[in-house]
Amino acid sequence: MGNALIRFAGVGKTFNSSERIVCAVENVDLDIARGELITIVGPSGCGKSTLLNMAAGLFQPSAGAVFYDGAEVTAYNLKTGYITQNDHLLPWRDVAGNIAVPMEIQSRSRPDIRSRLEELVGLVGLNGFERSYPSQLSGGMRKRTALARLLAYDPETLLMDEPFAALDAQLRLNMQIELLKISRRLNKTIIFVTHDLDEAVALGDRCVVFSPRPGTIRQIIKSPLPRDRDLLQLRHDPSYIALTADLWDIITPTLAQTRGEAN
Amino acid sequence: MKGAPSTFRINALRLALLAVILIAWQLASGTLVPIFFISEPTAIAAQLYIWIADGSLFFHTLITATEAFAGFFLGGALGICTGVLLGRVKLLADLLDPFIMAFYSLPKIALAPLFILWIGIGMDMKIALTAVIVFFLVFLNTYTGVRNVSRELIAILSLMGANERHVLTKVVIPSAITWVFAGLRISVPYALIGAIVGELIASNRGLGYLLTSSAGQFDTSGVFAALIAIMILAFILNTFVKLVEKKAMPWKSFEATRDVTI
Ligand SMILES: Nc1ncnc2c1ncn2[C@@H]1O[C@H](COP(=O)(O)OP(=O)(O)O)[C@@H](O)[C@H]1O
Ligand SMILES: [Mg+2]
Repeated sequence: MGNALIRFAGVGKTFNSSERIVCAVENVDLDIARGELITIVGPSGCGKSTLLNMAAGLFQPSAGAVFYDGAEVTAYNLKTGYITQNDHLLPWRDVAGNIAVPMEIQSRSRPDIRSRLEELVGLVGLNGFERSYPSQLSGGMRKRTALARLLAYDPETLLMDEPFAALDAQLRLNMQIELLKISRRLNKTIIFVTHDLDEAVALGDRCVVFSPRPGTIRQIIKSPLPRDRDLLQLRHDPSYIALTADLWDIITPTLAQTRGEAN
Repeated sequence: MKGAPSTFRINALRLALLAVILIAWQLASGTLVPIFFISEPTAIAAQLYIWIADGSLFFHTLITATEAFAGFFLGGALGICTGVLLGRVKLLADLLDPFIMAFYSLPKIALAPLFILWIGIGMDMKIALTAVIVFFLVFLNTYTGVRNVSRELIAILSLMGANERHVLTKVVIPSAITWVFAGLRISVPYALIGAIVGELIASNRGLGYLLTSSAGQFDTSGVFAALIAIMILAFILNTFVKLVEKKAMPWKSFEATRDVTI
């Protein structure tokens, strides 16, 4: 894969805080092609968020390098949009204001912003909450606002850190269907972190399984599912069921090891 | 909320309390305490009435108010700008830190003689004194607020391609504004200190002058009347800051009134 859009080459990251040194990830080699949807699963604290942070260029790896479109990522990677594990909305802006932030930064015209806003609010199902402040929303609604904000500026690559974790099953399925649609229609490259194995299998073109800390890639599973898959029918698809079972088998031996190590 | 008295009832109770205090004061003066020390409410009211009628109260209050407001705005504006600048430019903050701290620990009132030498004993001098006092309070608060801005939020916006102006207007200022207003609110009484102490030191007008001249004539009612005028002025300035604060932070009023959920 010479033409990877994102390449992790021998990436390792060690955090030096005053009280202890934590090696979050180690020896990560991963090539992600343009238009690919990669899901990452792994036990809590294995460095999944750290990996996304490095792809976004928030900090550099302590070993190896991250390349984006052939160039090493050394500063904020503006080609990526990042929906973080904590939604990080602006508390002083209401839902509409939060979604509008990236469009204001792009200096889009007011009517343009307004019409796009309406679309996005509808897409994430927040009609009627445009004037609510984040402190007045549930966790799931905040996540959806963050998602709409991410889609508002239409970055080439989406980095998504457990974006659907706080949603109920139905809403989550809807959002997954939307995400797949966006990924296919606009050929977005997506790195999607989740702790939900079903979700990892349902969405991923490839699924990367991480070991407990220090996080290394245990296995990369190529999905046998077609790129245009019907998430509503997935439950009855034998290859989906088989893959989910496989994934469980890979993950479960590490459970004992990480039990009690909450993050 | 259940159990909390209505605003009408609490206001009625406040008025009642005020009436009790005034009556007790009236009864005590001349009996428990000599009138010379605490005057009496009726005499104070009469004095206030005289000053209102001959326009002198309005004249002196206007002068002190102008000094306090001008100094407050000047010092506040400079404090906010400097606070934002030093909060965003770490190098500059590190460079200036010892100088600012040295200057900060100086009692600002002690600068009054210097200001008199520089700009005379007019209103400018009181404005300058007030501005210096307010500047430090607002500057330190703003600076702390800007330093406390969530770096995660700034990173998120930077990833969206935000430049420094975007970061300032969308994150830094809205986030620091709580601190800015905290600084402004504590500055209100200090703004009056600046103006009035300036007048006490050197002036022939303003409420500070009214205060010293009444005291000089052993006119206790005049002193109390001037103090009441000062209190009213402080109240107006305070209310003004609170109103602006409410307008500037609409999301805060939601946070204050919403039900607590955990
Ligand atoms: N800024 C940081 N400073 C110090 N340690 C950190 C920092 N960020 C993450 N870590 C540590 O790195 C490890 C991996 O964290 P993270 O990437 O958030 O895991 P995950 O997202 O897989 O749950 C954790 O043990 C965490 O404590
Ligand atoms: Mg994480």
